This record gives sequence, structure tokens and C-alpha cells, in this order.
Amino acid sequence: MSDDKKAQGNSGKVQWQEGDLTVTRTCSWTAPGCHDGCSVLYYTKGNKLVKVEGDPESQYNFGRLCMRCLNQPELVNDPNRVKWPMKRIGERGENKWERVTWDEAYDIIEKNVRNIWRDYGPESIVTAIGTGRNTWSIVPKLTYSAFKSPNFSMGFLAGDSCYLPRAAAMGTMIGDFFIVDASQLDERRYANPEWKRPECIIIWGNNPIISNGDGFLGHWIVDMMKMGTKLIVVDPYLTWFASRADYWLQLRPGTDATVVLAMLNVIIEEGLYDKDFVDKWTYGLDKLAERVKEYSPEKAEEISWVPAEKIREAARFFAKAKPASVQWGLAVDTQRAGVSVANGICALVAITGNLDVPGGQHLIRTAFGVDRLAHVSSDWGYGELSPEMRAKRIGTDKYPLFKYGLCATARGDSVLEAIETGRPYPVQMYWFESTNLFICTASEAKRVYKAMKKVPFVVCVDPVLTPSAVAFADLVLPAAMSIERSSLRTWWTPLRSISKILQYEDCKTDEEICLDLGKRLNPEQFPWDTVEDMIDWALKPAGVTYKELEAKVMMWPEVHYKKYEKGLLREDGEPGFNTDTGLVNLYQDIFDEWGLDPLPSHMEPPYSPISTPQLMKEYPLILTAGSRPWEFFHSEHRQSATLREFHPNPRLTINPETAEKLDIKDGDWVWIENNLGKVKQVAVLDPGIDPRVVHGEHAWWFPEKEAAEPTLFGAFESNINILTTQCTTGPTGYGAPLKNTICKVYKA
Amino acid sequence: MSRNGLLIDYEFCTGCHSCEAACKKELNLPAGKFGIKLAKNGPFKLNEVDDKWELTYVPVPTQLCNLCGDRVASGKKPNCVQHCQASVIEYGPVEELAVKLNNKARQVLFIP
Ligand code: SF4
Ligand code: SF4
Ligand code: SF4
Repeated sequence: MSDDKKAQGNSGKVQWQEGDLTVTRTCSWTAPGCHDGCSVLYYTKGNKLVKVEGDPESQYNFGRLCMRCLNQPELVNDPNRVKWPMKRIGERGENKWERVTWDEAYDIIEKNVRNIWRDYGPESIVTAIGTGRNTWSIVPKLTYSAFKSPNFSMGFLAGDSCYLPRAAAMGTMIGDFFIVDASQLDERRYANPEWKRPECIIIWGNNPIISNGDGFLGHWIVDMMKMGTKLIVVDPYLTWFASRADYWLQLRPGTDATVVLAMLNVIIEEGLYDKDFVDKWTYGLDKLAERVKEYSPEKAEEISWVPAEKIREAARFFAKAKPASVQWGLAVDTQRAGVSVANGICALVAITGNLDVPGGQHLIRTAFGVDRLAHVSSDWGYGELSPEMRAKRIGTDKYPLFKYGLCATARGDSVLEAIETGRPYPVQMYWFESTNLFICTASEAKRVYKAMKKVPFVVCVDPVLTPSAVAFADLVLPAAMSIERSSLRTWWTPLRSISKILQYEDCKTDEEICLDLGKRLNPEQFPWDTVEDMIDWALKPAGVTYKELEAKVMMWPEVHYKKYEKGLLREDGEPGFNTDTGLVNLYQDIFDEWGLDPLPSHMEPPYSPISTPQLMKEYPLILTAGSRPWEFFHSEHRQSATLREFHPNPRLTINPETAEKLDIKDGDWVWIENNLGKVKQVAVLDPGIDPRVVHGEHAWWFPEKEAAEPTLFGAFESNINILTTQCTTGPTGYGAPLKNTICKVYKA
Repeated sequence: MSRNGLLIDYEFCTGCHSCEAACKKELNLPAGKFGIKLAKNGPFKLNEVDDKWELTYVPVPTQLCNLCGDRVASGKKPNCVQHCQASVIEYGPVEELAVKLNNKARQVLFIP
């Protein structure tokens, strides 16, 4: 048999033997991992994962994997994982636990929930997740249907600054989510004759080859660069993409609105927009044109530090490129003007005629409409709550946009205030699932730590014992990892099955825990006998069962372009966008009704050279934070010996000029300090960052250190979010200054 | 018979470390040892006029690299080649790779 034939012998198979190893073809969607769902081959021996390879037959990741999935065995086989349900027996923080059965754990939860229902009402129960994973579908269902509470949250994430500001903007302006079209909708991928290679992509505030956010795989952009795609990069740091960009706009963190509004200024003033599209499909260009007159490139330069001429050239380059799109990221959200930045970018891609054209900004929905279990669908079960209960969702009274965005959550900052003040009502129970609260998502970490200690009943569901579990939990439930779970993945496409291959100790899957508790607390809303029944139900729109999907591994939908011309976006079947006007709202009447500015504008970070010039004398550097490293996903992966070999300690990136003035050498431990506290990281000298800015890494804890307080796995040593603020959002309630505050740096 | 080698298009190597990690897994290497290891140039500004930068990664095979003899015999690509996220490593007979080497700048051919 030739080599080629031998390799193809397993083509299309879901499971086979290679020597003493069993190989299973499936999809991996955290934990461990990231936002994404790459196609993998799991090599197992009995009940043990031996190695992971990419699936070479997958048109999603083409057999490739990042170092995190390659290192999955170290995480999956980690002997320090949570093995069974544990009840706290010491004080909170003492790390003393007693093993209990699942039934005992469920009894404790049920008793607490029923007591809270009776004494305080279901709204006193708050749940939290971290970021985009299966829990973003399961935990809403658990919250709304099992606990009967409207308060599902992204933990204490200030301003809900992760995708939600962008989602809110897309919701009211365009009515649909959009994504860069890397032909990921079509199984033939780049060979689909209808698809066009983007001539230009703006990479705005993210480094997608590392972060792979929002259902997009960053290396697809590298694939397209090889075919000729050109780049504009908006980033305070010289990322790999920036080093290969035609235009790198190195802005001051937190000033993105001025840059996008100045680009719009140039494009509108010079008539470089798509007049045909604007006439037919948008609303309010004249008002937007009036507004952007206030943002000349010169004005933007003053605020953002980006040379005016560069903004002009980049704007012209983008406007003339056909097709073109914007790959945007977290930095858009993490500023007080977050919604405005997102509004500006939506306007930019709309008026240049790039919405839903091949190779442009694709308007995307989940493959086959499968969003339960498979997608970050935060509304599962929400509709069944009574209107009175929905009205109690924390934060919506003050911030109406939270009611209408494409993702409904209880507002993190408002939950914090509710815990601290008991208003609008006290929080009696806090349930956090696969999120590491004050280590990762929360700002002002010490404040959140203090608040969480006050909540009377706290449950943590996680595969590992985190600092948050030790510090706050009364009960820890062991969550299964991806390889131990039967589930689904779309977000966005294709439709993929996730196959359970292993069982780790007493772990249960997020899906099982939700169903078990649902059947105890509110059985009408959980009409399924098993998780497989629930998955089959979720798969109904695709017309397959879970078993049938597993046999195919994945299913690709059909791709449709220019859906707004074809009546494919609106429920009434008419052409147009899924908005109140049927058009792209460049001017937002609804914002007017809410007392918000209907047009985008800039808002300074609360601490900055413009907002607090006096304080800059004490804290002269701008602190940005939270860029993703290759090795870790947020606070995950610190247990892996291999990944820590590559990245042993938290890193502060600092320009060599600045370092020299401060007598800091590459590899020195340094203090990063401001009015909220100080933390220690290792200096990395890098001329790719502006001398006036430093970048600190987020989400660091040290699983190798003592678990019990006061050490708490080193929770307070390097945690950059000790220096960031809660409850300092913009007027929409979305967007907080997580990546744009100030600090000083000195040798430790 | 021709020797085999690894052709690397370092213009598009993103420095993602997948090759290093994949190789460590394939060869089962402990901390400190590598079958292929990234080298880095930059970042530095190429000149003051046009704001272009040098930032280049190149993975360099070490003496531990055996070109994934067992994998290749079973019909697979070498582990670093398959997992390279930018698909910039190509494995094959040196004569064939040499022709490709001549077709494009910013490449390097290793014969481990
Ligand atoms: S991007 Fe990396 S961590 Fe995420 S699913 Fe793919 S291989 Fe795994
Ligand atoms: S060919 Fe195999 S042994 Fe050589 S560097 Fe690549 S993975 Fe390592
Ligand atoms: S895997 Fe490929 S892109 Fe990543 S560092 Fe290695 S050679 Fe470069």
C-alpha cells in the first residue's frame, strides 16, 4: 500500500485504531481551549488522553492546531483537577473541603434555592460565566429556567466589555452580527467561485492569530495575506500583523473613536463612499456627516497620537479597496466610548458598501439556525420568564441599551453594587461556572474580592480549583472538559458535534448539571430525559439527530450573499435589514428616545493625560493590558508544564527608551502601581510599544503556589486588574476602561 | 535517493510556537529540549522614512529532528508541518523544495 493510501484509509471515519491507540474525530470547545472550536483527532488509550492532533480533513482549521490544543493532555490528565463535588468545611479561603455525592450537593443547592425563592425572590440569585463557551448557552438556561432568575451575567466584567458593546451596536444599527468573510461559510472555502479575496482588512484592536475570538480563526487572515490581502492595523502595539501592514495606526489606548470618526470624516468629505448603497440601504448619513465634521484627522491626531496624514491615507486605502472588511476585537469594547467605536466601525463598513458582499463583512447567523447548546445564545429560557421578572434584571433600569442589545445580561458593575449596597435588592446566591472572577474578568480585583465574601451562598462549577473557588465557594462542582462532554458547536459555522470520549472521576458536564437541577427545580422547562434528548431537540432546525451528526462530524450550510436584497434577513420576508427602519441606522432614533447620543462620539478614559493631567505627574505611563499570549486562554493553562516552559511568568512590555530612564533591564521584576494598588511582573523590552505606554498581562495566578489564604495561589501578586476600575462605564452602561488607565513602573 | 528537507516561508511565519510544541509532543522531549526552535529578529524600524518594521520568526530544526520518520512512514505529514498554523513549513525531497525555494523570496531550506 502506498503511503498516500495508508493515510487515506481512515478518511471520513469517526473512530479507528492506530496501534494501541483509539483515534476519534471530533471538535474541541473548551475547557481547555479558547473561543474557537477546532477539529481534532483525539488519541486515547482506555480512559486516558494520550495526544491531540488537528483533523487534516477539516475545512475549518485544515489540520492545524495552536499550542494550547496540542498540550491538552497535560490539562485533561492533571491530577489536581476537581474530581468530585466538594463542600466547604473550614472558613472561606482555608481550602478545607469534604467530598459529597452529587445528590448531596444537589440537595444543598435545592434547599438554598427554594429558601431564597420564598424569602427574597428568584432575582436574588445571580449566575456568572467567563467568556464565549458552551456555558454561554447552558448557564442562561440554568438561570432563567431552573433558578427562575433574570440575572445571568458575565461576572463582574466592567461595562460588559467583551463583545457586548459591539453586539449592542450591531443590534441597533444593522440588526445582525457580522464577521470577516474568509469563506468560512462554504465547505470549499477559498475555492468557492462566488467568494472574493478581501483586498484590505483592517485589524482593529485585537491580535486574532492569538485570540481567535468570536468564532473566527485568526490564521485565516494569514491564508488570505498569502493570496494578496493587504492590512491596516489599529493597535498601540506592533503586532505581527502590524509589522506586515500597509498602514499601522499606533494609537493611544482608549482613543479609537477619534480615529474611526476621522476616517469617516475623510471618506464622507471626499465622497469615497458607496453612494448607491448609502442611498438605498442606510438612514441618516447627513447627520453622521455633520457629526464627523467635528473629528478632522488633525483633531484625531491631537487626541490619539496617530498622524493625521496616516489616518487620511488609511481611510482612502480602505474606501477604495473592494471588497474590504474589519476584523475587530476586544479593545473596541474596553473603553468608555466602546459603543461609539463600534457604531463608527459599523458605519465604516456599511457606507463603503462592504456589508454582506463576497469577501466583505458577512452578516452571519448560526449554521442551520442551531443556537441552543451550540452557540453563545444568552437568551435560552429568557422568554419564558414573566415580564415582571424580566424587568428585575439588574442594571436595565438605568441602562436601557441592556434591554435591547443582541445579548441580554445582568450588568456586571450593577451586580457588584447590588452586592455591596443591597440595592435594588440583596444578592443571596452567586453561581459561577468556568470563570475565575477576581483573577480574570473583574476589574478592581480587591473590591470584587471583598464583595464576593459577603454573598451568603456561593457555588462554583469548574474543572480546576481556582483562587475564586477557594476564596468564595461553599460548594465546588467538578465540570467535565470538552473531551468528556457530548454537545454541539456552531458559533458560527459549520455545525459540529462534540463527542464524549472519556470520563474523569466524578465530573459532570455543564449540560448534565443544568438538566439535573432543572428537573429538580422546574421540570416543565426541562422536558428531556437525557442530555442526548436535549441535544436532539436543539438539532431539530438542522433535521438531524445527535447520532447522525456524530457520524458526519460536521455539516456545512449554504452561503448566501447580499441577503438584504433577497428578503433573507427580516421576519416579514421583505428586503432590507432587520432593524426598525429596515435600513442600516447611521443615526439611531432609538438612542434619542433613551436619552443617549444618537451618533458616535469620543469619550476620554477616566484616567488619562487629558482627563487627569495632574495625576500623570505621579503616574506618568499609560497602562494597557490583557493582550492574549499564545500559551494561555485567559486564566486557563497555567498548570501546563510545557506552556509554562514557554511562558513562565507574567510580562510587562515596555519601550527600551522608557526602561533605560527607569533603570530597568530586560527580565527584571518590576512593580506596576497606581492609586488602586501595585502588582509585580517581568519587564520585556520591546520597541514595538510607544515609550509613553506599557502593557501588562492579565489573568495571572500560580497553581504551583499555596492554595489557602492569604497566598491564594498568588492571586494578588501579579493580577493586573488590581489597577483597573469597576463602575466607570460610559453613558450606555457598556464599555469600561480596562485597557486604558495609568500607572508608574519601577524596579522591584 | 534524494534527501528530504523542510522548506520554510518565513515571510508568513507568525511565531505561533505550534511547530515547537508539536515537535516536543512527537519526540516526547522534556523541558529545555527542542526538535525545532524559533529564532526571532526584531522588532526594529527598517528606516525612519516609511515606518516599515522588521519582525521575523524562523523555526530552526535541531539535531534532534528526525524528520518524523515514523509519521511519514505511516503516510502522515511531519507533526510540525501539519500543525503549522500559517502553513509555512513544507516537507519533501530537496530537489523539489529547491525549485520552490527559487520561486519566492524570504524562504529558507533546512536539511536536518
Ligand atoms: S484556536 Fe487553539 S485552543 Fe482554540 S480550539 Fe483551535 S487549537 Fe484549540
Ligand atoms: S519534522 Fe518532526 S522531528 Fe523534525 S522538527 Fe518537525 S516535528 Fe520535529
Ligand atoms: S508553527 Fe509555523 S507559523 Fe507557527 S511558529 Fe512554527 S513555523 Fe511559524
